[in-house]
Amino acid sequence: MSIRTIRASGIPRTAAKARTRRAGLRGEGAWGWLFVSPMVLVLGLFLVLPILMALWVSLLHWDGQSNPFSGQADFVGLDNYRSLLTQEGLDRTLFATSLRNNAYYVLLTVPLQTLLALGLALIVNQRLLRGRGALRTTFFFPSVTSSIAVSTVFLFLFQGSGAVNSLLSWIGVKGPNWFADPRGVLSVILGGLGIVDPERPTGMLADHSAMGLSWFEWLSGPSVAMCTLILLAVWTTSGSFMLIFLAALQNVPRELEESAAMEGVNRRQLLWHVTLPALRPVLFLVLTLGLISTWQVFDQVYVMGQGTPGNTTLTPAFLSYSAGFDNADFGQGSAIAFILLALILVLTAFQRWALRERGVRTGRNR
Amino acid sequence: MTAAGTAERGGARPSPRRRDVRDRDRGRPVLGRFPLSWRLVGYAAVLGLGLLYLLPFVLQLVTGFKTDPDAATHPLALLPATPTTAAYQRLLGLSRAADGVPFLRWLGNSALIAVVVTAGRVLFDSMAGYALARLRFRGRTALFGFVVAVMAVPGVALLIPKFLVLNTFGLFDTYTGMILPLLVDAAGIFIMKQFFESVPREVEEAARVDGAGVFRIFWSVVLPMARPALITLTILSFQGSWNEFTHFLVSTQSGQYETLTTGLARFVSGGLGGGTQYPLKLAAALLSTVPVAALFFCFQRYFVNGANAGAVKE
Repeated sequence: MSIRTIRASGIPRTAAKARTRRAGLRGEGAWGWLFVSPMVLVLGLFLVLPILMALWVSLLHWDGQSNPFSGQADFVGLDNYRSLLTQEGLDRTLFATSLRNNAYYVLLTVPLQTLLALGLALIVNQRLLRGRGALRTTFFFPSVTSSIAVSTVFLFLFQGSGAVNSLLSWIGVKGPNWFADPRGVLSVILGGLGIVDPERPTGMLADHSAMGLSWFEWLSGPSVAMCTLILLAVWTTSGSFMLIFLAALQNVPRELEESAAMEGVNRRQLLWHVTLPALRPVLFLVLTLGLISTWQVFDQVYVMGQGTPGNTTLTPAFLSYSAGFDNADFGQGSAIAFILLALILVLTAFQRWALRERGVRTGRNR
Repeated sequence: MTAAGTAERGGARPSPRRRDVRDRDRGRPVLGRFPLSWRLVGYAAVLGLGLLYLLPFVLQLVTGFKTDPDAATHPLALLPATPTTAAYQRLLGLSRAADGVPFLRWLGNSALIAVVVTAGRVLFDSMAGYALARLRFRGRTALFGFVVAVMAVPGVALLIPKFLVLNTFGLFDTYTGMILPLLVDAAGIFIMKQFFESVPREVEEAARVDGAGVFRIFWSVVLPMARPALITLTILSFQGSWNEFTHFLVSTQSGQYETLTTGLARFVSGGLGGGTQYPLKLAAALLSTVPVAALFFCFQRYFVNGANAGAVKE
């Protein structure tokens, strides 16, 4: 490895300065590689290599017993992907179900957590509110605890005869048996209005299907059990997103607000025409961060139902895990992992591209 | 963390003050105060919100001291009918051990792994961050692009892939397999790189003129200056490895390697058995959050830094 001398950087330097710098460059290239070698090793072995290995295994029918790289396992080409995406059968139906569940989870969680986080940030940013520090701590605390511990608490709160249903009974509402209720919320609402019969869907909804799920199943909404997972996600993530909004709020130039106040605008106009527009890039950032993280929901699913009731809390991440570890079908598990990876990378690429377009400067650490 | 205590009356018009950004927090609001009735409603709403965030933890704390039947029949009661420390005694091995809940073993595993991983991350992330920020070597730009790309890879899509690698190398079900993959993390490298870029070059140049080598400059000059960033990294690493779940789930299977997260998850996810052993489960969950909670209340500022560092882009 040759030692690197000065590369022409954007900043013009005086010759004298360059000489002193060059004097200090003894072995800098070697030192540089030495410094990054632990990083290269760990990330290479446990991030890049797994992806390559999984790519190979997703083309096999492998049960986790033999060595998948010795040619003992059956090479099946794209069969694992076909059975997930195009071939009629249980695999595809399950995968479609997990996509549906996760899509509803995303559709509800992302807007709710963003709105709540923004609301909390606006509250904590009120300069005349007493005890703002304590409030900020309270809202943020759920975000730093372990997802497993918090899921345990929610399991307790949402039992059939648990704290949440006791609270609801005070106001005369009979709460559902949360974790055991596979009914889709939308179908329950529409059934209550007498528009469809959730027990026996008919007509177009039952006749048409996509990926092995009838339209009715696609459109029935998140199950009651899934709603508890959504509530948990909103409750645990709103605090950390609140901090991102808060940092941005602190960066809104005071002069802007003051001159608006001189103009005699009222509070609502100030929020709508001055504060929120200043937050637009951060709003986009929080939305996309939420979008990326909600497609990865796993921990809560593992603790709060593992797909039950009626596969309505199944998500692609959990399906990938259980295909491998429960059903010893690691080829299938790897294929699901890859489809999920592709989906999330597309979302991430979109986020980075869009933020670069806008030239965002997000809140620096204060 | 100061409560806004400027309780001046009236003053609907902003008065010109020192235009200091730090002053924002203490300055009078741009618009006057809300009318009294609004303020009361507002405080009530804010209190309600705060309760919504606190109550689950309060119920968790209280239920840990209830008997099983009491927890099942009065889930909302804020006082145990017959207070008992049975759950905690069982967890801490003071009375007959809880079946399937070797809590002290979980605790030991979690502590060991968190300490080793934190030490490793602080050292390796700083080294990599410094090299990427300051040292010139062939391939630096490409390497940084690689780190940025790696940050986008979702851990959850790597569950099966990671198992494949550990299994192939014979690291499945070993402490090495649990610790090694966590020793470096891209986000930490990012934080350190940003910090080192903010260190004035003159400091290093001066050390160079005095004849210090690369390692000497890093170790004795730059690293001591990086204290705030190092504390942030230490705390985030500890929190991350203490709360880690999925990696341990796919890198181990025997009970002796169970951590607080995997052990608790296996114990709790035992189906929809209803109100069984909730005091024990909640007490275990509570004890497993104590270390991170203690860190959080002592070093909240650094947690906030960490949360915002995640939002800062390249």
